[in-house]
Amino acid sequence: MAAILDLSSWICLVAGSFFALVSSLAVLRLPDYYSRIHGAGITDTMGAGLILLGLALQAGISLVTAKLALVLIFLVLTGPTASHALAKAAYRLGLDPVLNSEKDKASSSR
Amino acid sequence: MNGGVIDTGLIDMILLAFLVAITWAIVRLRDLFGAVMLTGIFSLISACLFMVMDAVDVAFTEAAVGAGISTVLMLRTLALTKGRSEPHHNRLELGPLLLVVVIGAILIYGTFDMPRYGDPQAPVHTEMAARFIEQSGEEIGIPNIVTSVLGSYRGYDTFGETTVVFTAAIGVFLLLGVPRRGRRAGDALRNDIVLRISAKALIPLIMVFALYVQFHGDYGPGGGFQAGVIWAAAIVLYTLVFGLARAEKIFRRRPLELLVAGGVLLYGAVGVVTMALGGNFLDYDYLASDPVAGQHYGILLIELGVGITVAAVMVALFFLFVRRRQV
Repeated sequence: MAAILDLSSWICLVAGSFFALVSSLAVLRLPDYYSRIHGAGITDTMGAGLILLGLALQAGISLVTAKLALVLIFLVLTGPTASHALAKAAYRLGLDPVLNSEKDKASSSR
Repeated sequence: MNGGVIDTGLIDMILLAFLVAITWAIVRLRDLFGAVMLTGIFSLISACLFMVMDAVDVAFTEAAVGAGISTVLMLRTLALTKGRSEPHHNRLELGPLLLVVVIGAILIYGTFDMPRYGDPQAPVHTEMAARFIEQSGEEIGIPNIVTSVLGSYRGYDTFGETTVVFTAAIGVFLLLGVPRRGRRAGDALRNDIVLRISAKALIPLIMVFALYVQFHGDYGPGGGFQAGVIWAAAIVLYTLVFGLARAEKIFRRRPLELLVAGGVLLYGAVGVVTMALGGNFLDYDYLASDPVAGQHYGILLIELGVGITVAAVMVALFFLFVRRRQV
């Protein structure tokens, strides 16, 4: 049982780190502001979420896990809200998404 | 979880390297908005560094004040001043450079008299720390030694810090107190349902957490400074989402100003009461028949004073910034 817990905890930790890495690459590489917000959002949800889950599995049923759960709830509430607020603010300021396929161009010019 | 000692040297070095890189970026960056965000990140990484050093209370303060509220205040200032810096001339100014080099050299020379970084023989470790760690359990009787030191052994210093916050606020009131005519800097994101609902869900939680930090400071990391800032952050969030008019209906100007002074007054009053009861200024032993109980009352009261002043100052300053119209 302990071994299974430990293994699943490590899977969560490694997966969380992987998502955080993917997210930082996305912020660097994706073409426009909106897709980069999407990239950054991965850290808040998948990255931090999985890492917190992995840590909770390490801690077992204890006060630490309760605190980690509170942190997770806080992140789940704030992360997507922050992404939304960023995107909305940019859209209101008139920043258009970069659309480079022909079909997108045709539809946006309508 | 296995209690092993982990060598944190590598983490220290990576975090310090980040700090150097961010400092360089702040110096090079011409965009003030970016620079403000970078100072926030700088504070957050400093907080991580303090965390690695096990200085949890300091990390907490740094994260709440440095990365949180001061970034918000700086952004607000940028919103008022349009966020442009003066045109930059790439001319070598010899005078200032010389001044900086000389003062830097003097400061570095001064550090030669300090004990080496991490020297176990430094007086602060052999005398002060030993005394605090061994005696504070009996004398003050609360588990968080940092709170014992800040609230009781160094009660004068903390009183000084609270007074500094108060005085700084008075200075800003004097400078910005007169409202100007002009366009009001962007107000209220009230139309946005996502923000409104998230804020409604979060604000009560943040306030409860602030109270926890305030009154649990004897047992865990926390205390008046952090709690005050967190409380203020909840109100700042409310103001950002629902607009100044609604926020000012709840947190009226006059009581807020009274609270700014009230916290410092409470702190000072505790000192005066201890004097009246026969002790020295801020000697909480005299607050109750049992010295340890007296210490508890004293620390609770002065932390409350700190919390009230810090929260009221932050909220009042933020309102002042928002109320002021764009130049």
